[in-house]
Amino acid sequence: MNDRRYDSILTGAAVAGILLFMVFLATLVLQSIPAIQANGLGFVTGKEWNPVTVKFGALPFIAGTLLTSLLALALSLPFSLAIGIVLGEYASESKISTVANTIVNLLATIPSVVYGLWGLAVVVPLVRNIELALGVPPYGVGIASASLVLAIMIIPYLSSITREVLLNVPSSVKQGALALGSTRSEMITGIALPYVRSGILAGVLLSLGRALGETMAVTMLIGNATRMPTSIFSIGNTLASIIASQFNEAESDVHRSGMIGLALILFMITFIMNYLGRRVIQRTGVHHGI
Amino acid sequence: MEFENQFEKSANRTRRHRKDKFFALSLILPGIIVLAILVLILIMLVAKGVKAFNPDFFLSVQKPFGVEGGGIVNGILGSLLIMAMASLISIPLSLIFSVTLIEKKDSRIARLLELCLSSFQGVPSIVFGVIMYSWLVVPLKSYSALSAAIAVSFIMIPTVSATIKEVLLLVPSSYKEAAISLGVPRWKAMTGVIVPSAMPGIKGAVALGLARIAGETAPLLFTAFGNPFLSLDPAKPVSAMPLIIYDYIKSPYADWHQKAWGTALLLVLMVFALTLSISARQKNAHPR
Repeated sequence: MNDRRYDSILTGAAVAGILLFMVFLATLVLQSIPAIQANGLGFVTGKEWNPVTVKFGALPFIAGTLLTSLLALALSLPFSLAIGIVLGEYASESKISTVANTIVNLLATIPSVVYGLWGLAVVVPLVRNIELALGVPPYGVGIASASLVLAIMIIPYLSSITREVLLNVPSSVKQGALALGSTRSEMITGIALPYVRSGILAGVLLSLGRALGETMAVTMLIGNATRMPTSIFSIGNTLASIIASQFNEAESDVHRSGMIGLALILFMITFIMNYLGRRVIQRTGVHHGI
Repeated sequence: MEFENQFEKSANRTRRHRKDKFFALSLILPGIIVLAILVLILIMLVAKGVKAFNPDFFLSVQKPFGVEGGGIVNGILGSLLIMAMASLISIPLSLIFSVTLIEKKDSRIARLLELCLSSFQGVPSIVFGVIMYSWLVVPLKSYSALSAAIAVSFIMIPTVSATIKEVLLLVPSSYKEAAISLGVPRWKAMTGVIVPSAMPGIKGAVALGLARIAGETAPLLFTAFGNPFLSLDPAKPVSAMPLIIYDYIKSPYADWHQKAWGTALLLVLMVFALTLSISARQKNAHPR
């Protein structure tokens, strides 16, 4: 072995990795063509999903995906910011921070299917009681339950990004504000948070990317209906959850092709979120490992 | 006049300080709520899961639909088989990708590779299940452990190679310079000096990757599929702990629900052990 061969091995590996990604994309596109051909633009805008009549409209699932993810994000944002600020500003040096940080990281490692299990046992009965009190059909499962559990699942993610970007604020900036007589809260809301605005935006985009593709917990909690969701208490499906629950049962090739088309839409939405998130976070110069 | 002004200022200051305290308290409350939820999840998991634990649970295979008793040994071994095969695929590939990213940094091909890897990182894991179904399950006409291992490798490789890259960058450049100045070729400097001195970090990266894939369920649905019998054949369907949780909680049997909780407890203990082993190792690697 010499250095020339070493270089060609490395280049070969890089080419192989890039090709793999292209073949991956090509597979998604090619395999979804039959279903898209059968429905045209209706594949994205259609409201009916019926494999028997070869009607494939993904709109109910796109709506379900966006609804659950945005709701989850809105619910988790205040909690995540608060935890991120406490860990990044108030307790950044203490032992409590290390312990709390470990706990937050552990929360992130609990598998999705376990969150789903817990959601079925705790969140679904809770939501059912709320639905009974409100006089809406008491399914228990549905968009609301899925969003609540999804919100808990993205808290560790978003709060650890918030913590990291806050730790990255130069201490001279913070000390300057304190030296001028501002209180800690004034320093945080007036100096530190505006300083890391784009980092938090990146965190929001990356968390959204994660929520959009979250599969198992949502599949177990959303109620698996193929009609358009009408309220947050509707049962429904997300792009990921319909694939999880119908793919193995697909009997015709065109039904399977429709599923792969849904995977393609899901891929594109999450790709855009992650790409934007990474772009923003690179500009802030924060190293982020996730 | 002057005195009044002073007084006003100090009242203002007290108000600001009270606001400061209120701000801190209002931040701690959400933290306590989240902590309480986590504790609730863990307590429920332990309380419900432990009831399923008995020798049979760990030593015998799944019983047929509706029959009480039995265990999940086929799922435990299936999960371990998938993780072992995924490691065999992912560790060498992650190493070679991370070395490429470092040796060829700033070249167009390395930037493109990094873009592809980070794009894979954001892909929802169920998409990998769909892809492996068309790449391997359809041509071989059978669900298989191998297709599941490759599906989770798609998750493992991008995270592990990104972490290994960071770890390799931490090795002081003087190591490489010293090796090169002794006349060692670049490949030997990498494989003989830089990679060995980063070994603890590389092991941590692999453990992190394994913790990440251990609980993955979505990519296994259309690849591993599940198997009520004990099978360690890479070409045959296998069971896995996450699949058992998903199947059992959907069933109408209380006994199976209990087993789902038991499996979940075992799975979470495994993932926590992997995760905590890394933080312990990191503490040893960088004594403060």
